[in-house]
Amino acid sequence: MNGTNATRTLVDRRAMRTAAPAARAARGLSDRSIAWLFILPTMALLLAINIFPLIWAIRLSFTGFMANLPAPAGFIGIDNYVDILTDEDVWTNFQITAHFVFWTIALQVVIGLGLALLINHKFRGHSFWTTVILLPMMLSPAVVGNFWTLLFQPQIGPFNYLIGFFTGIAPSSFTMIGSVALAPWTIVLVNTWMWTPYVMLICLAGLRSIPDYIYEAAEVDRASPLRQFWSITLPMVLPFLMLSVLFQAIQSFVMFDMVNLLTSGGPGSTTELVSITLKRAAFEKWETGYASALAVILFVTIFGAANVYVRALNWVKQQ
Amino acid sequence: MRMSRTTLSLACAAGTLAMTLGAASSAQAEGKSLTLCWAAWDPANALVELDKDFTKQTGIEMKHEFVPWTSYADHFINLLNSRSSECDLIIGDSQWIGGAAENKWYVKLNDFFDKNKISMDTFLPATVVGYAEWPKNTPNYWGLPAMADAVGWTYRKDWFAKPELRAEFKAKYNRELEPPKTWDELLDVAKFFTGKEIDGKKVYGSYIFTERGSEGITMGVTNAMYNYGFDYMDPKQPYHMNGVVNSAGAAKGMDVYKELFKCCQPPGLTNAYMSEGLDAFKSGEVAMQMNWYAFFPGLAKDPNVGGDKIGFFKNPAGPAGDFTQLGGQGLSVVAASKNVDDALLYIKWFAQPEIQQKWTDLGGASASKAVLLSDAYKNSVPYAPSFVESMGMVKDFWAEPLYVPLLLDMQNRVHDYVVADKGTSQKALDALVKDWLKVFKQEGKDPS
Repeated sequence: MNGTNATRTLVDRRAMRTAAPAARAARGLSDRSIAWLFILPTMALLLAINIFPLIWAIRLSFTGFMANLPAPAGFIGIDNYVDILTDEDVWTNFQITAHFVFWTIALQVVIGLGLALLINHKFRGHSFWTTVILLPMMLSPAVVGNFWTLLFQPQIGPFNYLIGFFTGIAPSSFTMIGSVALAPWTIVLVNTWMWTPYVMLICLAGLRSIPDYIYEAAEVDRASPLRQFWSITLPMVLPFLMLSVLFQAIQSFVMFDMVNLLTSGGPGSTTELVSITLKRAAFEKWETGYASALAVILFVTIFGAANVYVRALNWVKQQ
Repeated sequence: MRMSRTTLSLACAAGTLAMTLGAASSAQAEGKSLTLCWAAWDPANALVELDKDFTKQTGIEMKHEFVPWTSYADHFINLLNSRSSECDLIIGDSQWIGGAAENKWYVKLNDFFDKNKISMDTFLPATVVGYAEWPKNTPNYWGLPAMADAVGWTYRKDWFAKPELRAEFKAKYNRELEPPKTWDELLDVAKFFTGKEIDGKKVYGSYIFTERGSEGITMGVTNAMYNYGFDYMDPKQPYHMNGVVNSAGAAKGMDVYKELFKCCQPPGLTNAYMSEGLDAFKSGEVAMQMNWYAFFPGLAKDPNVGGDKIGFFKNPAGPAGDFTQLGGQGLSVVAASKNVDDALLYIKWFAQPEIQQKWTDLGGASASKAVLLSDAYKNSVPYAPSFVESMGMVKDFWAEPLYVPLLLDMQNRVHDYVVADKGTSQKALDALVKDWLKVFKQEGKDPS
């Protein structure tokens, strides 16, 4: 084997010695140069759109810069970070975000997997129902926020009437968005409604990747459907499920538009996710330095958690 | 009488000269335009009508850029800060005046006023302080009072006149059912109406501002807090806030506002401002409504609730005072404008007494004493007496360059307590003092 490789290399080298200078002269650019030429625009875009703003934000996070004032950015060390990490309100908003992420993911996983199991079987109207289920995730979060605001309207919203119809509670006697107790669950409900189809799709891909012969073997061994689910379906779908949890956790952690339109973080600060705190600091109070520090903290939190999670995902795959 | 040849020649020459100058002036104005920026609301439509006269007189075309209230401050403050010349004239909120003066967003108008004999004494004092002066209470003018406004109340006069309701109210409270004069009376009346069925519909006692995102709940709650003892700082010690902002009276005022919200606000209006109040009142959902006087001309003419069905009253008094929240705006020339001279010409035109009168007649609200304090005005519209009275008892929010964080801090603390039941009023105000101290330190005004 080594001898063959060595021979080929020798032939290649001879060929290159004779052909390459001529080709190079004809083309004017080496393969490496051409490779760089193709990569450079992407690298430049990546640097301009992702890396540069990130570095700029990190720099601003150490200043007291306010974008609405002409004063230059003054260096204040780690004051912004100290302010954020010692601010009870910010911690409360992280707790609100954690509550939102946890319940959203839990519900999406359970309902998404259930729907995927359902859709995995062929039945009458299968394609139609699949399309209907997928509709919410195709909508813009802004649209979703606006029309759920209308649905939750206590006087004219159908949601309250539906609840009233089944429970006997007067529709105008409660408000989903305006109630301190209900508002946190309202945003969980709407986000779950919107993004469960996404989890379902990924789970469906997982279910379709399980070879039929495994189930056939299980049936030969007289395994019950429940046993098949626990021993075959769930372990084989788990990597897909975990991947969808990763995507959805990141998406929920930085969720802004839908919640902003639905509750604006209210009533009070009951549904003020960290992303809304960030927006308020950056574009309402114009505390650009402070907002940059909060963005950096948010980035590090998500990046760190995602890294730990990806390691866990790899471990599950290996198992 | 026959003219001599010389006289005739001179007259012809003078006539030709006048025509030439007129034509030249008209030709000069041709192609000229000014852009006036303001909020998109009822009075802005009146201004469009008024400005047609300016174009007729000067030949300068008037363009208007009206932005919804929800993005009004963000949009125009960004434009001003970026030295954009998009607006030549701006009707800016009273709170902007500090930042606009210190950052030189507006043209200072003192010399112009002196040269053109425009006196600030011809305008209501509160509007001059609120819309034109920075620093406050000093003769440094950055705007011309343009749109006088304050918080007032509307009520369903027809409901208040129902004999059965009047009798029931008298039996319960031992006084006549009349528009409330104090916040205690306001609470009684609001509670009385809440839950009643009127014209086949369940109604609520009152509508008050609760909006969280911009300025709504602050513009509402201050109407109660001022009258229970709240102030922004100790008048003898500038920027000294502890014990003033968070006084026991201020906390009580906040409690009263919360009580009114909890007892008598229609459900769902937990993040509601001007338009939601108008909707609630127009749809016959509430007996009383807090809102800006700027909307009252439209309400007075409303086919469903206007005319004889609507009444108006000023903000009720409290144990510590009789104040109301100032609204309204001043007209300023944008320093970055490329048409400063024409913009100043507009200010000169707008300041004329007859234009001020026409402005009010069309549905605007002049701040001119000659217009507002005239008997003709007081008898012209049903809300006029309470409006004039209100304009004499106004207080305004901070107008500091950093008013935005000051406002948002108050929005946050008040909404958390009033709507979301977080903590107590005293704790909310103690936290607010800390928030404001931090902002003032940023601004380089350390009150401690």
